[in-house]
Amino acid sequence: MKVALETNQLMAFAMKQIEPHVVAAYPITPSTEVVQEFSQYVANGDVRTEFVAVESEHSAMSACLAASLAGARVMTATASQGLAFMWEMLHIASASRAPIVTIVANRALSAPINIHGDHSDAMGARDTGWIQLWAESAQEAYDNVIQAIRIGEDPRVRFPVLVNYDGFTTSHAVETVEVLEDEEVRKFIGSFPRPEVNFLNIEKPASFGVLALQDYYMEFKRAQAEAYKNVKPVVLEVAEAYAKLTGRKYGLIEEYKLEDADVVLVAMNSAAGTAKETVDKLRQAGKKVGVLKIRLFRPFPIEEVASALKGAKAVVVMDRAYTYGGPAGPLFCDIAAALTNVAQRPLLGNVVAGLGGRDITMEHVEHMFNLGYKALERGSFEPLVTWVGVRE
Amino acid sequence: MADRIPLSKAPERWIRKKYLPHIWCPGCGLGTVLRQLVEQFEKLGWNNDEVVVVTGIGCTGRASGYVNAQTIHTIHGRALPTATGIKMARPDMHVVSLLGDGDGVGIGGNHFIHAAKRNIGITAIVVNNRIYGMTGGQASPTTPTGTKSSTTPYGNLEPSMDISKLAFGAGATFVARAHTANPVYLGQVIRRALEHDGFAVVEVLSQCPTYFGRYTGMPDPVEMVKWFQENTFMAKSPYDEQEDKIPVGVFRDDKNFRELSKAYRALWEE
Ligand SMILES: Cc1ncc(C[n+]2csc(CCOP(=O)(O)OP(=O)(O)O)c2C)c(N)n1
Ligand code: SF4
Repeated sequence: MKVALETNQLMAFAMKQIEPHVVAAYPITPSTEVVQEFSQYVANGDVRTEFVAVESEHSAMSACLAASLAGARVMTATASQGLAFMWEMLHIASASRAPIVTIVANRALSAPINIHGDHSDAMGARDTGWIQLWAESAQEAYDNVIQAIRIGEDPRVRFPVLVNYDGFTTSHAVETVEVLEDEEVRKFIGSFPRPEVNFLNIEKPASFGVLALQDYYMEFKRAQAEAYKNVKPVVLEVAEAYAKLTGRKYGLIEEYKLEDADVVLVAMNSAAGTAKETVDKLRQAGKKVGVLKIRLFRPFPIEEVASALKGAKAVVVMDRAYTYGGPAGPLFCDIAAALTNVAQRPLLGNVVAGLGGRDITMEHVEHMFNLGYKALERGSFEPLVTWVGVRE
Repeated sequence: MADRIPLSKAPERWIRKKYLPHIWCPGCGLGTVLRQLVEQFEKLGWNNDEVVVVTGIGCTGRASGYVNAQTIHTIHGRALPTATGIKMARPDMHVVSLLGDGDGVGIGGNHFIHAAKRNIGITAIVVNNRIYGMTGGQASPTTPTGTKSSTTPYGNLEPSMDISKLAFGAGATFVARAHTANPVYLGQVIRRALEHDGFAVVEVLSQCPTYFGRYTGMPDPVEMVKWFQENTFMAKSPYDEQEDKIPVGVFRDDKNFRELSKAYRALWEE
């Protein structure tokens, strides 16, 4: 079935199909419509979800966490300051293995105050232990959110998931997308596999929020770190099953014309689309360029990234966020880490673009590829980090 | 006749013209509140550089940008802790905070209670439009029970919060409620609050025709203002009752408690 909806409305529609037990949320631009539309489904009796309009995101994630630990299927949506305000609870959700799915229409952080798209919010949640899926288009956002439920809830995984797409560029754009029937979605995600240890299991009372000091804290964290190794195979398994159902196949990353590419641009979310368009244009002019798009950002697919980039001569990593005072942007640092043990390493450079909703145009992308070619002539990226599309 | 009424100099002195036109919808009550606030600055003879206006995020939050004073636009819910820091550092400044109902007693509610408890010298003007204006008309903590909003299409199931009673209970030393239908009275109340040395709360019933009005079948701002006139009564306490009407008035004006930043300074002197 095809529908033409704004991406936020489409996400609400996906939530209706998923019919989580509990949604606790607080509105924030540019993701407000997701939960607002969903609350209409609740009020109309289309879903039996318990919807709690809490007074802040801190409360939203606290309520989601408790509901999830009580054995409920739980979702919410937020962005920017809202995700930042959840930060305390994000760590607890992942360490408590609460498979909450949070939809994020990525937006810049204050200051200065800005409501438009960039990746600072999700990058701020980079180290919280949440699985992160990223989407270039409305279709991918829809497909990701359905898959996120099954990935997060898989007994081998049981981690919370952030489903990202760009604020405004994607969140407020209308696209015709292919959606599943409600029944197909329910069958695909299955019923919530209630964990043996949960708040409501009176046969087996459990205590949550334990104290572990010098004696055991590190073992808890080591076990958590180890558990992410299970995620990749599950993401692929779920993608496989989803492809069988829909014909749309997803990997951990997407390689666009990489086979013979000399210069590769790494991108996430909507800018990957602009990058692909630019690749097509540059290829007509005889330039061997390609795009690597990251779909699964956490856990970071090190091996797949290394293998995808090993043939390239120069790699330009596009960050739509920055690590202030750091060596480079957050995505760059991960890509560089992924290539650490690769014998024949391509030259690596970083561009920062599109902060606070600044357009990333095909001219910008062309300039990014040119930086790669220049580096090939010179033998290195000088400087390592270039800000593109900014008044200096 | 008209030219005999002297024009107020307040807008000229206290509004940043370069930021106009403002973002508020036609008929919004926020203009009335802002106007009355700057009129009182003028009447009190304050200088632009000794007034600090602190806001959070929301339609109300936008006010700080328009006032020609020392202004800071913080994040959603955190205007009062910011104002607290400013007052503690500079007790000589007049610190005023404009809060939306969501901003002030929802996401920032804990700060509201603690600022009141501390009796810190801040004038907190809570513009109560009973809805989240900026994000598109979701129910707020002050949305009346049964009222429709974008998140409560069949009416709000929760009881609503009474800001004046909350301020009263939390120990604010000045508590008043006024509305936009009577700007002169609103101005008088704001002036008393500004003169009060301690935590002063003015709850202003204000119209949001775009959302609250639309959802409650009263999209005309004039009708909304009339509603305030017809559904309020002058009272001495927020607990006073008269039919189903809302009490307005100065409910507390207590000069017996020492303002916190001054109490600290006094301690240092000792
Ligand atoms: C942490 C955080 N969460 C959510 C938002 C989005 N947001 C901006 S204003 C607002 C509510 C505005 O309502 P209110 O405070 O009553 O002020 P009004 O706009 O009605 O004046 C919300 C939810 C935000 N900016 N920051
Ligand atoms: S949305 Fe409501 S509160 Fe905001 S400016 Fe418009 S009328 Fe005023």
